[in-house]
Amino acid sequence: MIQAFFANTTFMIVLTGMLVGCASALVGTFLVLRGNSMLSDSISHSIILGIVTVWLVTGAQAGPLQIAGAALTGVLTVFLTELLSGTRRVKHDAAIGLVFPALFSVGVLLLNLYARDIHIDQHTVLLGEIGFVWLDTLVLMGVEIPRAVLWMTVMTVLNLLFVTLFFKELKITTFDPALAAALGFAPTVLFYALLFLTSATAVAAFDAVGAVLFIAFVIVPPSAAYLLTDRLWVMLVLGVLIAIASSIGGYAAAVMLDVSIGGMMAMVTGLFLMLAYLFGPRYGIIARSHRRRQERETNALRTVAIHLYSHEGTPGQQAENVALALETHLGWPALRAREVLAQGITRDLIARQGDLLVLTPKGRATARAILEPWRNAAAGPDG
Amino acid sequence: MLALLADSTIRTVALGAALLGISSGVLGCFAVLRRQSLLGDTLAHAALPGVCLGFLIAGSRDLGSIMLGALATGAAAALAVLLLTRTSRLKTDAALGIALSLFFALGVVLLTFIQGRGNSAQGGLDSFLFGQAAAMLRSDLWIMGAITAAALALVAIFWKEFKLASFDPGFAASLGLPVLALEAAMTAMVALAVVVGLQMVGVVLMTAMIIAPATAARQWTRSLGAMVVLSALFGTLAGVTGAVISAASRGLSTGPLIVLAISAIVFLSLLAAPGRGLAWAALRHWRNRRNLESQQVLATLYRMAAEHGDRRHPVELGTLDTFHGTPTRRALSRLERQGLVRPVRHEPERTPHWELTPQGLAQARRLLTDTGGDRDGEEMS
Repeated sequence: MIQAFFANTTFMIVLTGMLVGCASALVGTFLVLRGNSMLSDSISHSIILGIVTVWLVTGAQAGPLQIAGAALTGVLTVFLTELLSGTRRVKHDAAIGLVFPALFSVGVLLLNLYARDIHIDQHTVLLGEIGFVWLDTLVLMGVEIPRAVLWMTVMTVLNLLFVTLFFKELKITTFDPALAAALGFAPTVLFYALLFLTSATAVAAFDAVGAVLFIAFVIVPPSAAYLLTDRLWVMLVLGVLIAIASSIGGYAAAVMLDVSIGGMMAMVTGLFLMLAYLFGPRYGIIARSHRRRQERETNALRTVAIHLYSHEGTPGQQAENVALALETHLGWPALRAREVLAQGITRDLIARQGDLLVLTPKGRATARAILEPWRNAAAGPDG
Repeated sequence: MLALLADSTIRTVALGAALLGISSGVLGCFAVLRRQSLLGDTLAHAALPGVCLGFLIAGSRDLGSIMLGALATGAAAALAVLLLTRTSRLKTDAALGIALSLFFALGVVLLTFIQGRGNSAQGGLDSFLFGQAAAMLRSDLWIMGAITAAALALVAIFWKEFKLASFDPGFAASLGLPVLALEAAMTAMVALAVVVGLQMVGVVLMTAMIIAPATAARQWTRSLGAMVVLSALFGTLAGVTGAVISAASRGLSTGPLIVLAISAIVFLSLLAAPGRGLAWAALRHWRNRRNLESQQVLATLYRMAAEHGDRRHPVELGTLDTFHGTPTRRALSRLERQGLVRPVRHEPERTPHWELTPQGLAQARRLLTDTGGDRDGEEMS
């Protein structure tokens, strides 16, 4: 039964994708929030040097030694980047773009030199081979489990533990590093722990998705989640859910079109991002433009109310408080003036008396609330 | 080296690498100065789907259409970054990462799609990942050369405008310059640089060629004109070195070699460039510290002398060491070489003593009055 579960290739591929997505989204959330998303780019590239070096030195192609060892290169990259930008000769973003290409280049050249002996070629480096993860298995408690599934599970659990155990600390160091430092939370230590886990996840995910697609899993689901919520834990949960859904959807799409599975999974995370960008309840552009339109409408109605109120009962009332005045005095196009007027009548702010426009009590209250706010404060409405 | 250059393949490769170095060196300057270094990274990765699309549309590995495709998707990625940062709550870093990874994913999907169709000509597409100088054709040089020339002409024509928009966009806007259009043009120039370098360096490492030559050049000069020229020079040097080694060795990817060459240039420039070089800064720092140490010891000798009302009051070395909390022997030797102090015997004590020379006295007095004076200093005249 269990053996059959782990022998199902489709399931193993999707599961690997899910695990890569979950583990990445957990750490990625904090990178995105801290404004350090591009560090995932530099980490995922330079771990190649780590993977090749560890392999050359110890012969390890997988396992805890390989993951931890290679992950150190990721941390080293960030350390060197900080060191370089710390000299103030180079801006931080330029420092990122200087350090990782150099380390990555050394890694690729080593791959070129030892290409015959090593298990990865430079094609895998970038693209990964998630479709073949089920080929590389090991036996654990009598069950044959794909290596990638095992180590991605370990990384997911580790990341989950890190995020839940240090939730409070991560939250405060992410949103207010100065306060965190003042309170003694050691933001730097936590930051490097986060980066170490990111690097380790990148190493574990490397065979499956390669260096570049990993970035998509780290940045895109949390970014999509960020467009949907303001709460940190909701963002984490949404990021993970999006990653899981992308894995399933990406696999289906890839099989249908007969293209790269990892690439398609990454594309689907992009689809979710686009959906969040368009339809997000609060930060989506549709919701935002709708809100803006509403605000503009409200403002127009308030303008009309004030206009009518200030000419109410004056000699100029006959000339000012008519529909035409909205066009000539407020400078609105005829169509817009008509629309605003219709809105005002529907909302019971304005009424027509022949040609004359008069304020309803509600409309008058609106104008007063703006022009004479002290009335309401001092004596209550109509007082 | 010269023998290598006689080979026509190598000559093609070297020429191509020179074009790459010039275009990315010149165009990268503006990206780095405008703090858009990582935009180059995104545009470079985003070139991959363009390469595939160009291949799909042309049906062959025709460099012209591949470059056109890369330019188009690069522009689309830049637009996506702009759209995300302007109209959503995502910050620039996230937007860059999103565009980079998603466009690359699209490229991967297209690459496998092309492979799936079993087109025999697709073998060459992989070389756009890491660059393969040896795959370059003579006809490719014309295309690369044309794009480089166009980009350089653009820079020359709008030199003043680009300069102003890079350093002070607010001022440029107040002068009535179309800053938005200029910024778009500078972004497009990064895309052009990427496109020229594609075949040499590959999409993954192109980012280094945008950033590194400009960073190295910035170390040596404060003038934009000199920086652009130096940057082109460094880019060319690294490009030709890397490409020739790669073409001669067969089997080593060109991109990494070029990147390592330019990284070495950056490293040396950071370290050794006069003025901004880190080595010089460290040396200055060390000298300042040494001078300060000597001056402090001199001042102490002076104050002791003032306290005792004796210009030639001998002070025991141990006293000085204790007073400064650090050995002062080396500082004293330096002062002795400058003729400011001299060792003396102070019988019946056997320990070494030091006293001020007349020059030392004058120097110490100058020092103490220069640095805001010293109450004790007034007493000895």
